[in-house]
Amino acid sequence: MIDKKRILVVLPHPDDEVFPMSGTLAEYIYEGSTVTYACLTLGEMGRNLGNPPFANRVTLPQVRLKELEESCQIIGIQDLRCLGFHDKTIEFEPHEYLDGRILTIIEEIQPELIFTFYPGYGVHPDHNACGAAVIRIVNGMKKEDRPVVMCTAFPTDNDLGKPDVVNKIGIYMEQKIGALKAHSSQFRIPELESDFNEEHDTFMKRIGTERFWIYQFEEAE
Amino acid sequence: MQLINREEVLKKIDALKNKDVYIHMEMTMGAYTSHRDQSVHPASNFIKNVIIKYEHGTLSESSPYRIGLKINGGWVYAEGMTHWDETDKDRVIISGNDKDGKLIAALQISTEPF
Repeated sequence: MIDKKRILVVLPHPDDEVFPMSGTLAEYIYEGSTVTYACLTLGEMGRNLGNPPFANRVTLPQVRLKELEESCQIIGIQDLRCLGFHDKTIEFEPHEYLDGRILTIIEEIQPELIFTFYPGYGVHPDHNACGAAVIRIVNGMKKEDRPVVMCTAFPTDNDLGKPDVVNKIGIYMEQKIGALKAHSSQFRIPELESDFNEEHDTFMKRIGTERFWIYQFEEAE
Repeated sequence: MQLINREEVLKKIDALKNKDVYIHMEMTMGAYTSHRDQSVHPASNFIKNVIIKYEHGTLSESSPYRIGLKINGGWVYAEGMTHWDETDKDRVIISGNDKDGKLIAALQISTEPF
């Protein structure tokens, strides 16, 4: 792994951190990195409300905020910022406003490494719009000031070629499972409920590897 | 009704921003949905002649389109839009029609009530 110290995570929904990167983040943090997580929305339009439902359209944002705080605590994320955008609307926000809000945090944190979605490969419009904003901002920086941008992408919708980073998370699976369970309104994983069966092993193997594509910026200023 | 012309629709949405407008918004799975297939849970809703004022509105890059209107303290959002009424000069008349041409969703904006 690349040894980096100041990390910024930019994702649109509480729980977006879990499957793509929670093990990798836990590892960076254990090695001494500081992580700021800018979460654009509270996922207030999510359809999962628990089964049977324990949240509703009114309570969901606060339920998800609590789940996100617990997830961050388990992963070790030191600094959580909720930016207050509305779920499902990131793609409609004027670029200057959206980019400005994220840029303010980049200027404050001065990250050496940013995690976000690969634009066009996030499936959900919010994922794509979030990744596109980060890429626009970093692209606008001087080449020598640009942080490395590590992108996650959905494997089902992916002609990006082989990932640049394939991280087997090993012992950090503990934090990943913890983060997953923290988002209890969103995830219910039957494979986790029994310890020793084939489905359980397949699931653990699948989520035990995290993959990233390092965004290649154009050379021109 | 024609397939949505993104640039033309954007112009019309822009022309109606920052003023009081009436909206009609609708989504429907059809009244006979569960009669045909009992495993389907039918649902629908509409809201008609509600006055809003949006400061910014746009639509996604390709069909079926998503549309967002940013209003004070909230949003108007529609997904699955395919068609518009190109003959209507003053109003925005947009719908999402399925492969049989049936209406699934609609978003209409006008300075006069519908």
